[in-house]
Amino acid sequence: MNKELPPGLALQKVDERIMTLNVGPQHPGSGHMRIIVQIDGDFIVACDPDPGYVHRGEEKMAEYRNYITNIPHLERPVIHDSCNVLYPYVLGVEELLGIEVPERAKYIRVIASELNRCVYTMYWLAIYGIFLGHSTMFMWPAGDRELLIDLLEKMTGARVTHAHFVPGGVRNDLPPNFEDVCLRQVNYFEKRIKEYAAIFYDNPILIARTANTGVLSREDAIRLGTTGSVLRASGVDYDLRKKEPYDVYDELDFQTNVLKEGDSYARSKIPWLDMMESCRIIRHALQKMPKSGSVRVKLKPNPKGGDASVYKRVESGRGSLGCYIVSDKKPEPYRVKLSVGSFRNLIALPYLLKGEKLGNMPSVYWSLNYWPVEADR
Amino acid sequence: MSVIAPNFKFSEFVKSILDNIFWILLIFVLIGLPAVFIILFYIEMPVINGELLTPFLALTWLADPSRTLPILKAFMTTDLFRIAAFPGFGFAALLAAGTIFIERKMLAKLQLRVGPFYCGKIEGILQLMGDGLKLISKEIIIPAKADKPIFWAAPIIFVATAAAFVALIPVAPGWVVADVDVGLLAVFAIIGFFPIITILSAWSSNSKFPFIGGIRALHQMVSFEIPLILSLLGVVILTGTLNLSEIVASQTNFPWIIFLPIGAIIFFITILAELERIPFDLPEAESEIVAGWLTEFSGMIYGLVQLGTYLKLYAFAALFVVLFLGGWTGPMIWPPFPEEIITDGIVIGPIHAKIPGLPVFSQEMLNGVLWFVIKTVGVIFFILLPRGVFPRIRIDMLLSLGWYKLIGLAFVNIFIALGLLYAGVLGPGGIL
Repeated sequence: MNKELPPGLALQKVDERIMTLNVGPQHPGSGHMRIIVQIDGDFIVACDPDPGYVHRGEEKMAEYRNYITNIPHLERPVIHDSCNVLYPYVLGVEELLGIEVPERAKYIRVIASELNRCVYTMYWLAIYGIFLGHSTMFMWPAGDRELLIDLLEKMTGARVTHAHFVPGGVRNDLPPNFEDVCLRQVNYFEKRIKEYAAIFYDNPILIARTANTGVLSREDAIRLGTTGSVLRASGVDYDLRKKEPYDVYDELDFQTNVLKEGDSYARSKIPWLDMMESCRIIRHALQKMPKSGSVRVKLKPNPKGGDASVYKRVESGRGSLGCYIVSDKKPEPYRVKLSVGSFRNLIALPYLLKGEKLGNMPSVYWSLNYWPVEADR
Repeated sequence: MSVIAPNFKFSEFVKSILDNIFWILLIFVLIGLPAVFIILFYIEMPVINGELLTPFLALTWLADPSRTLPILKAFMTTDLFRIAAFPGFGFAALLAAGTIFIERKMLAKLQLRVGPFYCGKIEGILQLMGDGLKLISKEIIIPAKADKPIFWAAPIIFVATAAAFVALIPVAPGWVVADVDVGLLAVFAIIGFFPIITILSAWSSNSKFPFIGGIRALHQMVSFEIPLILSLLGVVILTGTLNLSEIVASQTNFPWIIFLPIGAIIFFITILAELERIPFDLPEAESEIVAGWLTEFSGMIYGLVQLGTYLKLYAFAALFVVLFLGGWTGPMIWPPFPEEIITDGIVIGPIHAKIPGLPVFSQEMLNGVLWFVIKTVGVIFFILLPRGVFPRIRIDMLLSLGWYKLIGLAFVNIFIALGLLYAGVLGPGGIL
């Protein structure tokens, strides 16, 4: 007399060898999410990432605020990367309102977003270090991050949530003598991150532990829709700063780092290599930047968009970050949709963890360059 | 600086003591006096001025400094003093506490931090005391489904086993709690207890993460015990004895690390694994299994496990010193005592009481202890260092290291020792 249950409610047959672990949300190795892991001995047979513990409804909130007041809260998903999170929204609103941005503002934006990318990557790297039990690699990036945070504080006035980009440019001009200080700090920063190779990236135990684990092939990386450093570690040369240059990236001299291996080691190395490229971009941008000029176009109060929609995307610290804005002739947007890299990278996690050992879970999970709060938005 | 008791008044303090004087006296009579008597009963009473001391007489003499010191000196020759204070628990716990402090400050310097700084004014030297107070004052939470007797007992057995390990370590000539002829075998037996205690505590907490941690600890300790025992066989072959004091005495000319470097390296790696230190801290791997087999411990139970862990660390480092670095042997650097102190005794302050028979410790013994402590601290430093440099390794890498590489190298070490023995270079009747 068994009633036919719908597929989701059917009871699963319990295998006595399988143990289910709830890694998170109260777990030192999960972040603000839960990974339901089923293990057989030391091997993971199934893995189900369960984000959603820090959902704040940023997209819905954006429908009740006008285009300018949206700025401080739309950067909240990743406060360490707040300039890059805000970038596609600002670009989209500029296109909706038909604003031309001054040249100097474009360079300031590029400098700020590259500094912010480094700040985010350092935080990510610190957590990657402590996930692998390497406490020095937690302390060093967390300390060296201060160099760039100080720079951003000079630029924007805030240490993490900058709210610096506005439609029409940036909120305020650079402080006097910023170029020299920035050059000095960035040079020192680059020297410091090169030292990480000796203690972390060339460490034989680290290489033995993360190489050939969680291998994502080139085809799978494209098929699963991963982006950013995960995609580039699998051998796909895809960087929006090169492919769809926005602002002044096409005038700057830098290259994209691509590795072929597609394992955890390559995925953890790409953001570190990208930081050196960021330093190069900042130095070049400081050189080419117009020394004076306006940094912001004055907007009308309460600007209204036309009956149109716009989709803009940028390369954030975690990969491509898109923003879709629909406007219906009101001061508030009709709809704002963020398409984030974190969520697209998380989709690869169950594929990568299946058949891996439990000890590889933290390194594979965090090498996906994933930020739980951004995935929830 | 914050003030702990802002409304402190001395008069109220005195008043509160007078209010509680009854309880203070009661506790002193019921607990303090019996404790003193138990200690006095243990002492073989010296004959002073032709009369044999009874404990009652000795108690009255404690008020007189010229007569207290002979009693204290007699106490220092008892087993109770050896177990509780000097070569035993107190000395080891002091070194273990120093280890924790060194670990924190050294790691902080390595990681460009400051480390403990405020507690105790001088470089945060009282931080450990603050941590201990915090742990004592915390509630002990026991999981509802835990096997409660074993859950309670496991940390206590852990500390007791670690203390038993400490008791076997000879610190200076003649200064060892348990001078047994099968000392090294007893060490192996005690090391064999640790995985059992670990799995007991892990299983009794009835939780998934401690269970995985316990299984990992079991794998790790059992598979690293074999290279540990094999790496020490070389020393036993060359000395021909299992008594730890005799092994130290055989190294007066040279320490065994000169002839058995492979054995020393294997032993060092295996003690890192036995102690669950990074890079072998898999049973406590934070990002994978929370805190491993320590997950459900809280309050002072956790404090006891930490105490046991650091006692174990000291004991292993001391064992390395005893077996490979020559224990207490070393050139005489302790200054000799002045002649009049040894013959006439010292004069104590205004009372002008002459106390003969000092010093209680001989110059050789103090020199030996100094060398022992210097060497042990050096070994502890090298045990702590990998924590700042290496990430954690994986269980399959750990097992392949233990079963393939270390055991193979341990046999190479044994063949070296046998070769040295049969060539007549070392060992009983050797030319060196």
